[in-house]
Amino acid sequence: MHEIGIASSILECVAAEAQRHPDTQVLAVGVRIGELSNVDKDALDFAFVALTRDTPLEHLKLEVEWCPRRQRCIACFEEFTVPDLDLACPRCCANHSTCIGGTELDVTYLELEGPCANS
Amino acid sequence: MRELVERKVLGENDRLAAELRQRYRDQNILCVNLISSPGSGKTALLERTLASFTPAHSVAVLTGDIQTDNDARRLSGYGFPVRQIVTGGTCHLDARMVDRHLHEMGFHGPGLLLIENVGNLVCPSSYDLGEAAKIVLLSVTEGEDKPLKYPGIFYRASLLILTKTDLLPHVEFNPDLALENARRVHPEIDYIALSSRTGEGFDKWLHWLNSLQHSVQQAAPAINS
Repeated sequence: MHEIGIASSILECVAAEAQRHPDTQVLAVGVRIGELSNVDKDALDFAFVALTRDTPLEHLKLEVEWCPRRQRCIACFEEFTVPDLDLACPRCCANHSTCIGGTELDVTYLELEGPCANS
Repeated sequence: MRELVERKVLGENDRLAAELRQRYRDQNILCVNLISSPGSGKTALLERTLASFTPAHSVAVLTGDIQTDNDARRLSGYGFPVRQIVTGGTCHLDARMVDRHLHEMGFHGPGLLLIENVGNLVCPSSYDLGEAAKIVLLSVTEGEDKPLKYPGIFYRASLLILTKTDLLPHVEFNPDLALENARRVHPEIDYIALSSRTGEGFDKWLHWLNSLQHSVQQAAPAINS
């Protein structure tokens, strides 16, 4: 349900960043979404299209990098992704690890028209 | 041409939540954010919690719903300030709503601020309200696998409260399995089982709140004297 709000916040980020490049068209926005962020990719795509339709951002593409949950073992420091909620370390089998990834909800880049828009 | 950005999508909410957190710290306010499905017993928990306090306690409640002020009316008979946040369709509370209603309510610490979020296990977990702890409620009339279906909130919550334990003889619900599932998602999550109807387990809940208050605001008076 809140993907509309998330999509709207992404577009606010795009607008704020785009102000720094007034004469450049933004072609795409990259976002990083963790599996613990409670954002559904399909619902976000749908919301993004709905919010940009018939606006100057109609052709803006949303590019999603999906991030699985990652843990670091507190015994052997192995870093591993978590399939099927199995938090045991695959290297030493210890059961204690800390979460180091999977909560991301970030705008990571804008794809801008033109070769040298960097200011 | 690609321009790297690195902005939090909910950066504006996070900024406001950080301001709220600082304000809570300055005013010695302990804020907790209660999150659950609709009908898991958030309001009933708050009713019995408020009933256990004396007028000497400094407590305020913000309660969120998409429509109606029913919950605020239920909670207003205990002598503490209660304010309804009607979101008008939004499925969660955000830091801006809390900021505005806290200001209009005029609650200043020290004390306890209880926030009852909109009934929803998904969206509220994404929005930081500046709270010291998120608390997730699960009732025995739901499924034991809810932590696996909604890992985001169980990962972020500091405490899982199993509610409606008085109904356990009448339903097929295995509390041990529910806790096991919650700890698969979040091994360190605290756990209390209680009934807002009979009061069973309430001593543990009030003790948990009191301990949290001591850990975050040592100078303030105890909630549960």
